[in-house]
Amino acid sequence: MARISGIDLPRDKRVEVGLTYIFGIGRSTAQQILASAGVNPDTRIKDLTEEEVNRLREIIDKNYRVEGDLRREVSLSIKRLMEIGCYRGLRHRRGLPVRGQRTKTNARTRKGGKKTVGAKRKK
Amino acid sequence: MGRSLKKGPYCEPKLLKKIQDMNDKGEKRVIKTWSRSSTIFPEFVGHTIAVHDGRKHIPIYLTEDMVGHKLGEFSPTRTFKGHGSHTERSSALK
Repeated sequence: MARISGIDLPRDKRVEVGLTYIFGIGRSTAQQILASAGVNPDTRIKDLTEEEVNRLREIIDKNYRVEGDLRREVSLSIKRLMEIGCYRGLRHRRGLPVRGQRTKTNARTRKGGKKTVGAKRKK
Repeated sequence: MGRSLKKGPYCEPKLLKKIQDMNDKGEKRVIKTWSRSSTIFPEFVGHTIAVHDGRKHIPIYLTEDMVGHKLGEFSPTRTFKGHGSHTERSSALK
């Protein structure tokens, strides 16, 4: 059973895809890792030899920031933005989009579900 | 898009000069500036700069964490007073 950097163990997938189950590794990072480890990206995770798994594990541990460490880094930098009181930090505090998107409509990912505002019935 | 590395970070020359003068003399004084696009350099740390928001100057105390950001990021230009409060005036119009 492949278990790399903590909790991750997908099984019947190709390694190229399976590695992306690790937080911080996407398709292109996975491809880079496999190339530098010299592992065929088409092998299934369960077919990996113990030695291949170890090589992958070593490469990831050495060169990439994944899972808990990465999550901590992200939340720390957001916290930093909020503490220095800059515009991006204010947007994070308010739960609004940070990168200049429109908020007249859309922006539902940041704002959450629909809430009707205003629109008072006139008598 | 980011600025070309060849040019290095931008800061208004006047502002930079004022800060450096102050650093040389070791004094601290609030500087007013309209230059929101100036980058905060490490030399600025510990100074207070009043950055224009379009109406007035907002004094900002610069800390080490702010280095690399622009002055304008700390002086919001919009005031949001909220939606949908039913004032006397708006109901009188209906």
